[in-house]
Amino acid sequence: MAKNFNEMTWKEYSLAFMVTRPGCSAEYRTGDWRSQKPVVDKSKCIKCGICYLSCPDGAINLAADGTYDFDYDHCKGCGICATECWTGCISMVEEDK
Amino acid sequence: MAKKTGIEVSLGISEAVKLADVDAIAAYPITPQTHIVEHLSELVADGELNAEFIPVESEHSAMSVCAGTAAAGARTYTATSSQGLALMNEILFIIPALRLPIVMTLANRALSGPISIWNDHSDLMSVRDTGWIAIFAENGQEAFDLTLQSFKIAEDHRVLLPISVNIDGFTLSHVIEPHEFLSQEEVNEFLPPYQPLVQLNPDKPVSMGMVGIPEIFFEAKKAQDVALIESKAVIKEVFKDFGDRFGRYYNVIESYRTEDAETLLLTMGSISETAMEAIDVMRDEQGRRVGLLRLRLWRPFPVDELREMVKGVKTLAVIDRAVSFGGTGGPVAGEIRSALYSTADRPYVASFIAGLGGRDVTVKDFMDMAALAEKMEAEGEIHEYKMIGVRE
Ligand code: SF4
Ligand code: SF4
Repeated sequence: MAKNFNEMTWKEYSLAFMVTRPGCSAEYRTGDWRSQKPVVDKSKCIKCGICYLSCPDGAINLAADGTYDFDYDHCKGCGICATECWTGCISMVEEDK
Repeated sequence: MAKKTGIEVSLGISEAVKLADVDAIAAYPITPQTHIVEHLSELVADGELNAEFIPVESEHSAMSVCAGTAAAGARTYTATSSQGLALMNEILFIIPALRLPIVMTLANRALSGPISIWNDHSDLMSVRDTGWIAIFAENGQEAFDLTLQSFKIAEDHRVLLPISVNIDGFTLSHVIEPHEFLSQEEVNEFLPPYQPLVQLNPDKPVSMGMVGIPEIFFEAKKAQDVALIESKAVIKEVFKDFGDRFGRYYNVIESYRTEDAETLLLTMGSISETAMEAIDVMRDEQGRRVGLLRLRLWRPFPVDELREMVKGVKTLAVIDRAVSFGGTGGPVAGEIRSALYSTADRPYVASFIAGLGGRDVTVKDFMDMAALAEKMEAEGEIHEYKMIGVRE
C-alpha cells in the first residue's frame, strides 16, 4: 500500500469509499482495542476445532500439529472461543497495557 | 416535431420512465404519486416495459430495494410523496453516500399533521440535507423532459448521484396536459444504457457501505459534498444537449420578464405558472417593473446564477411552500438570504410563506406579495417571514 488510509486526502479514496480489494482488512491490525486475550493450554486441547468455527473474526488458525493458534493482530478478545471450548483449555487473560 | 398528446401528467412521467428503459422499479403506492407507479406496473405486466417491478411492503423497503438494484448496476426508478418519503428517510441519506444514481419522482404533498394529501413542499424540505439532486418541474412537458434528463445526469460518471424530480401533487400529478413525447429512437440516442462505474458483481467483488471511522468519515463527506456541487456543471451540460436535440431548453434558474425589473418574485414548482400570469397583469396593465425567477434546481443550489440574476434588483420576494418552524425565514428564502449576504448591493429579501397543504395561491396573491414586498423594502422593515393567505 502506498499511503496509509488515514493519511489519504478526500480525493484519493475510491468512489463512495468502496472496498475494491476483497479481504484487505487483513492488512490492518483490528485487534488493537482488545482488553483481554485468549490463551490456550495446548496440553488439554482435543483438536475439535470448535474455537476455530466459533470465532467471528477468523482470528484462529489451524497449526501443523492439529491444535489452533491465535492471531492477535485481529483477535478482538470477545471470549466466544473460551466459552465454546469443550475442554475449557482457553482462558481469557487481561492485557497488561 | 412530434404531435401533442393530451395525457395525465403522472402517465406522461410513466411514459418517460418506459422510454428510459429502466431495469428496476421498486415503489409503494401513496397519494398523489400512485398513478405513476400503477401505470408502470401495468406496462411491466403487459410486457411493454422489460423491467423488474418489485412490490414492497413500505417505502423504507422500496428505497432499500432501489439501493440494491442500483448497486447491482440496474437503471433504477421509484416515486413517492410526503409520508412515504418520510418513511424512506434513513435510506435516503445512504443512496448519495453510496453514489447510486436512482431517479425518483416526488409528487410533493404536505407532511402530516393535520393529515393532508394536498400539495406543498414540506416533504422535500424535510430531506433537504440528504444529498440528493433536487429538480422542479412546473408542468407536464417539463416533468416528462426532466425525468428523461435526470437519468442522464444521475448516471454520468462525473455525477453518480440520485435525483428527485419534484412535481406538485394533484395540481400537476392529476391534471391532463398536452405533451410532446419523444420517440424511442430519439431517447435511445440521447440516453444510452447505464454503464455503472462500479457494481456488485460476484466475479469482481467489492464492499459498499463500509463503516466510516473518524479517520475517514470527514473525507467521505467532503467527497460527497464536492460531487453534489460539481454536478451542476453536468446538469447544465445535459440541459443544453437536450435543448439542442429537441428544442426545449432548461436552466437551473428560469426567468420571466425580468428585463429592467426592480422587483422580482421567486417561486418553485407549478405555482410559477400563476405567478407568470400575475407578472403579465402587473407589467401590461399597471406598467410595473416586476419579473419572476423560477428556481428549477434546488440542490445543488445555484448560488452563482442567483447572484448574477438579482444584480440591480431592489426587492426580491421569495415565496416558500413550507415552514421552517421557529426559523428565520421560509427554507428557500433563508437559503437566498444566505447566498446574497456577502454580496454588495444585494436586494431586499422578503420571505413569504404561502400555499400550505393545498391552499390556492392566486394571481391576486402574487400581486399583493409584490406590492407588500416593495412597501417593506421602502420602509426598511426588518422581518423573518410573513404568512400570506392565512386567516388572521
Ligand atoms: S477472543 Fe473472540 S476474536 Fe479472539 S480468537 Fe477468541 S473468538 Fe476469536
Ligand atoms: S475448542 Fe478448545 S479443545 Fe477444541 S480445538 Fe479449540 S482450543 Fe482445542
